[in-house]
Amino acid sequence: MTAEITEITREEHIVYRKTPALTGNVMHYCPGCSHGVIHKLVAEVIEEAGIRDKTIGVSPVGCSVLAYNYIDIDWAEAAHGRAPAVATGISRLHPEKYVFTYQGDGDLASIGTAEVMHACNRGENIVIIFVNNAIYGMTGGQMAPTTLVGQVTSTTPRGRDVKLNGFPMKITELLAQLDGTTYVTRQAVHTPPAIRKAKNALRKAFENTKKDKGTSFVEIVGTCSSGWKMTPVEANRWMVENMFPKYPLGDIKDI
Amino acid sequence: MAKYRGAVIVDAERCKGCNLCVVACPAGVLTLAREVNGKGYHYSEMARPEECIGCANCGLVCPDAVITVYRMNTKQ
Repeated sequence: MTAEITEITREEHIVYRKTPALTGNVMHYCPGCSHGVIHKLVAEVIEEAGIRDKTIGVSPVGCSVLAYNYIDIDWAEAAHGRAPAVATGISRLHPEKYVFTYQGDGDLASIGTAEVMHACNRGENIVIIFVNNAIYGMTGGQMAPTTLVGQVTSTTPRGRDVKLNGFPMKITELLAQLDGTTYVTRQAVHTPPAIRKAKNALRKAFENTKKDKGTSFVEIVGTCSSGWKMTPVEANRWMVENMFPKYPLGDIKDI
Repeated sequence: MAKYRGAVIVDAERCKGCNLCVVACPAGVLTLAREVNGKGYHYSEMARPEECIGCANCGLVCPDAVITVYRMNTKQ
């Protein structure tokens, strides 16, 4: 290391570092997985708001089942798809806490559709973080309800066929129809500006909990480079070209 | 000389070599190393440290939070 680099890399010149709310554990996610960035944003929002000891997360079944290893807050682990029901119980017993669920599309949009619909319809004072990568990542890349028409997965090797498998489910738009939701948005984490916007959306969702405004729902369109059989950089490009036309970014509801 | 000089320190042993930071860098500072770390990944490193402006884009996009970014104002 040259003397100049040593001069620059002094403690007071730090502009970006790992937030203390992340534990030091190496994440088990594949290289380039969107979960890593989203975990980091959730941890940063919690740390910056100073609510680490007041936040309870509910982790799903799926790749992010081990989220409690990475974000240093209190966690509960729910049965497949039941995270909003568990979060309902926690939030009603501890109304002063910030309760959030962190779910993938296989967990939330498939087996857990009933739970998320009714939690949002009741307007539970929780945050729901929905990571949509259009595939079941953990179990080997099977088709999910959100898989695009024509998308090749291990259970749709010739592409998703509408006659056989139905249409991709836009669950975020469905939830925006319900009176219990106060903030419904769709974000992505593929570029630095998108990451900043996603972080602002998460911050706003946690602020809504503080104001007791009802359910905030943040969808984050992510990649699954292993399931899609691409490099992380190719997966981001594929997401922009194919996922965004079906799942457009932006706020859907904000009251 | 640029007003800001930056530097990036990558925790090489935790880096998974996903290449996202290399693509996100507007100044072409980072590259994947020829060498591999203990897990066999080509980790990210500064190939052209003199170009770094400390914008922190690499740190933002890093899924594994292994990048620390420094920025120094050279005009002070």
